[in-house]
Amino acid sequence: MRFMIMVRANAQSESGAMPEESLVAAMAAFHETLAKAGVLLDANGLQPSAKGWRVRYSGGKRTVIDGPFAETKELIAGYTLIQVRSREEAIEWARRFPAPFGDTADGEIEVRPLYEFDDFEPSESVERFRALDAGLR
Amino acid sequence: MSNSTHQAIDAVWRIEAARVVAHAARFVRDIGLAEELAQDALVAALEHWPKEGVPDNPGAWLMATVKHRALDKLRQDALHAKKHEAIGRDMDALEAHVVPDFVDSLDAARADDIGDDLLRLIFTACHPVLSTDARVALTLRLLGGLATHEIARAFLAPEPTIAQRIVRAKRTLREARVPFEVPQADARAARLASVLEVVYLIFNEGYSATAGDDWMRPALCDEALRVGRILAELAKEDSEVHGLVALMELQASRLHARTDAKGRPVLLADQDRSRWDPLLIRRGLAALARAQALGGALGPYALQAALAACHARAHRAQDTDWARIVALYDALAQINPSPVVELNRAVAVGMAYGPQAGFAIVEALAADPTLARYHWLPSVRADFLAKLGRREEARSEFERAAAMTQNARERELLLLRAGEMLGNP
Repeated sequence: MRFMIMVRANAQSESGAMPEESLVAAMAAFHETLAKAGVLLDANGLQPSAKGWRVRYSGGKRTVIDGPFAETKELIAGYTLIQVRSREEAIEWARRFPAPFGDTADGEIEVRPLYEFDDFEPSESVERFRALDAGLR
Repeated sequence: MSNSTHQAIDAVWRIEAARVVAHAARFVRDIGLAEELAQDALVAALEHWPKEGVPDNPGAWLMATVKHRALDKLRQDALHAKKHEAIGRDMDALEAHVVPDFVDSLDAARADDIGDDLLRLIFTACHPVLSTDARVALTLRLLGGLATHEIARAFLAPEPTIAQRIVRAKRTLREARVPFEVPQADARAARLASVLEVVYLIFNEGYSATAGDDWMRPALCDEALRVGRILAELAKEDSEVHGLVALMELQASRLHARTDAKGRPVLLADQDRSRWDPLLIRRGLAALARAQALGGALGPYALQAALAACHARAHRAQDTDWARIVALYDALAQINPSPVVELNRAVAVGMAYGPQAGFAIVEALAADPTLARYHWLPSVRADFLAKLGRREEARSEFERAAAMTQNARERELLLLRAGEMLGNP
């Protein structure tokens, strides 16, 4: 079972300032532990929303909107992808995730299971999507 | 006790069990006893946590508890020995063996030490003094934290058989006085091969599971991958560890493509490559790159991973770099000569340089007694004959192969091809 741990953004991550050394060390230690337990699949930090953009769909039109975006808590600042044997294991690992902006700052992470291969009913569209995925390798 | 606390403890245990056992073994130097002590620590957690709540750092709690149990046990044994003066002479040895570890453990178990202990546990569980079956069972039990009944289900074996196997394995290690250590220098390569063999056997057992099998069987692939990934972190300097991980990641990437909707096996060339898992392919290629970056000649696992990578990189079967595959089989045949490798090489040569060239290799293998009952030999031979237009010979070879295979679906396919040889080309 694969789970994605997502770190929600805050003002600091949105500012683009590099996190404190102690926080980087805590994150590195946690991810090393994940790797040494054989559960880490992938992890990345995302640049602030000021570097990105959105496309909004409305009334049959699409509009490109450049960042930054105000609703900081709705934004994602990074993710960690793990593979574990049960939901409970994922909960336990998430519980150990370091406070994303240091022990004294507020923060939030969110964890979601990924769809497994067989969760989708076979359909032509699903097959096309897979073909695309394979083509991107 | 609330159900959720119980589930939380179970999850903590699954995560920590191997490290707790390894930590205990550091003191008592006996993995059977270490596992008992670890179980005691689990029992203590089951007593305390429901009342006091799961501690913030449950791993450290379990480590500290098991350490105390281990030291108590050593003190009891020492007292016992003193009382009876039976093994008094060994006291100095015992002290020498306890004290450094004790001092060491006073500063809370450092992460590196725990890694070392885990590596010792893996090497000990896969010690060549044990039969392959015993190594597999012990590895799943101690590294995977699998219960005896889960291992039994995975291997389609009665539970008492597996329980016996584990008990005997621990006794064998004790009687052989196998030291709890990571082998050094010359011994390391051979011992590592024994570890990798066990991990790959577990993987293949899971890979060979078929539709309708108990889910514990395919779960063995995940277990093997997990142990492999742990090894890759603990033994970073060993190229073959990364080679094996690469091989398993790449093979696992095809798990969902190797059978069709009805559960029938699909050959590599016919697989729907859109069903291959791109994340596992990426991880497999990265692990292979690590194996290659360590330098030196690639070992058998890394070479097999490189072969798997040739397929993974081809978006369509016809894009496969067969010349490179031939070169890799040449290298594999050099370090691991076997008629089966040679037969695979023949297929690759046929794909790269035409059926005549491949056929010549197969003909040279025809007399090999080890392949006398191997149905892939006549299958491959028949395929070459068909491509060379020698249809009558091809038909009788397909029929011969069909008669040799134990697999009903393969037989069906081979007879179909034999039938095709009768009509007009």
